[in-house]
Amino acid sequence: MGSEYSPQEMMACVAARELRDGEVVFVGIGLPNLACNLARALHAPNLTLIYESGAVGAVPERLPLSIGDPTLVTGSLMVCSMADVFQCFLQGGRIEVGFLGGAQIDRWGNINTTVIGSYDKPQVRLPGSGGAAEIAAHAKRTVLVSMLSPRAFPEAVDFITSPGHKCRGKSRTELGMSGSGPVTVITDHAILEVEEGTGELVLAALYPTSTESGVRERVGWELRSNPSLASVAAPTAHELELLRTVIDPNRRFLA
Amino acid sequence: MNAPATTAKVVSMRDAIAANVHDGDTVVIEGFTHLICFAAAHEIIRQRRRDLTLCRLTPDLVYDQMIAAGCARKLVFSWAGNPGAGSLHAFRRAVERGDPPLEIEEYSHFGMVSRFSAGAARLPFWPMRSYAGTDLPTANANIRTVLCPFTGERLAAVPALNPDVTIVHVQRADAQGNAQVWGLLGVQKEAAFASQRVVVVTEELVDESVIRGDPNRTLIPGMIVDAVVVEPWGAHPSFAQGHYDRDNDFYVAWEPISRDPAKLRAYLAEFVFGVADRAEYCALQPGLQDRLRATERMSGRVNYGF
Repeated sequence: MGSEYSPQEMMACVAARELRDGEVVFVGIGLPNLACNLARALHAPNLTLIYESGAVGAVPERLPLSIGDPTLVTGSLMVCSMADVFQCFLQGGRIEVGFLGGAQIDRWGNINTTVIGSYDKPQVRLPGSGGAAEIAAHAKRTVLVSMLSPRAFPEAVDFITSPGHKCRGKSRTELGMSGSGPVTVITDHAILEVEEGTGELVLAALYPTSTESGVRERVGWELRSNPSLASVAAPTAHELELLRTVIDPNRRFLA
Repeated sequence: MNAPATTAKVVSMRDAIAANVHDGDTVVIEGFTHLICFAAAHEIIRQRRRDLTLCRLTPDLVYDQMIAAGCARKLVFSWAGNPGAGSLHAFRRAVERGDPPLEIEEYSHFGMVSRFSAGAARLPFWPMRSYAGTDLPTANANIRTVLCPFTGERLAAVPALNPDVTIVHVQRADAQGNAQVWGLLGVQKEAAFASQRVVVVTEELVDESVIRGDPNRTLIPGMIVDAVVVEPWGAHPSFAQGHYDRDNDFYVAWEPISRDPAKLRAYLAEFVFGVADRAEYCALQPGLQDRLRATERMSGRVNYGF
């Protein structure tokens, strides 16, 4: 088996490893969806996948392009209204892991999916919050997934769509948020983690092909490193085979 | 009930839109990915409605097309993208370049759901735990806070949304508009109850006895419905569980169409203005129905006896 793999494949595998069997996961579109279904096929067959469209305990037979695909309904444990999803499941504290991505993630784990530039005259208008603002507030922990670049990881996001650990100077405790917020950021070069006490994102683990200085160059603030850096194993042949032949055979999300 | 009263609600799409959607109205065509009534949107475009306030959680292709066609004055929403496929470029041109000008009012999904919930319950607002630490309240003055009278906790509050008209697509309904839905339920029930007028568009018109045979499946009762339109395939390229699949190929194809204003105009000219109704829209796309028709996964049956 060749060791060639794409950055997206690496990210999907790393994200899948973040999930523990039996957890209740709020699944977003794209890589998180791949990761959840990969984890379900490997070490976490008892993951409960919840999609904001109302599918609870979904067992998708094909990779859904959107989070509202009909395959999420067929064979699921429950299909409920969106009021139930947000009131009973998310605000009700039933979600253990939330997966989020974003155009920008800053030093404190704040996420921007709203605008690049000013709100009133945006350079780029992004989709907006969707369910993300509440996932970031209420999930017991949040895992972020994003490609690493200085533009994507600025010191401060242009717009806080989903709250991290410090929002315009205020901590999550001061803001009254129940969930512990983004704990892990999975990128195409490294894993960042939130530092206890400060709430700042720091370098926690390097991928086989990346270096500490290479990661720092791709981050828009003075990125600090954990005292002991972990190294992340490359995707196994089995993980890659599942991703390529079962999870995303048509390469809709994997480059 | 006498016969004329029971059939009076069943009208053509043209008549339903003419009677229920007026210039300047606040219009909701709901459906979260599932059951989005493109047939109604296309008829609104054909009847050249103007200055509408369009509300939906996800504007989706349906409002991208209505924005491009010049129907919208304002958009109220919570996630404006083409999931897994790209952007809504007509929406982006309007917001980024004012082409055409479009006022926006933006929430999270939970915020929009809460607005419809308040509207349905005829309450002035709905409390929620959200928005702390986000910049959304600075972008939208309608996202406010309220103190809980019992605990003193500060909660977010969003105002009721009571549309002039809500259009919902369903799998089956009777002539009174008692409407049954299965699969993803979205926020249609709350939106319909919040609305002054409700138009039900159905894949299949069934006898009242079919509705009464499975009452738990009724999402919207006929008592709040003003018009019933029978329109098979009326949700394409969205889907109707058990009837037809989501046309993911079209959602992917929309990215280059909406990116290019000329291509978008050509699309509207051919598939909206170029046809009289949904039947002609379907006839224009031979093979579509064979490609998307749902496979069969019948549910079990339950005993409603006593």
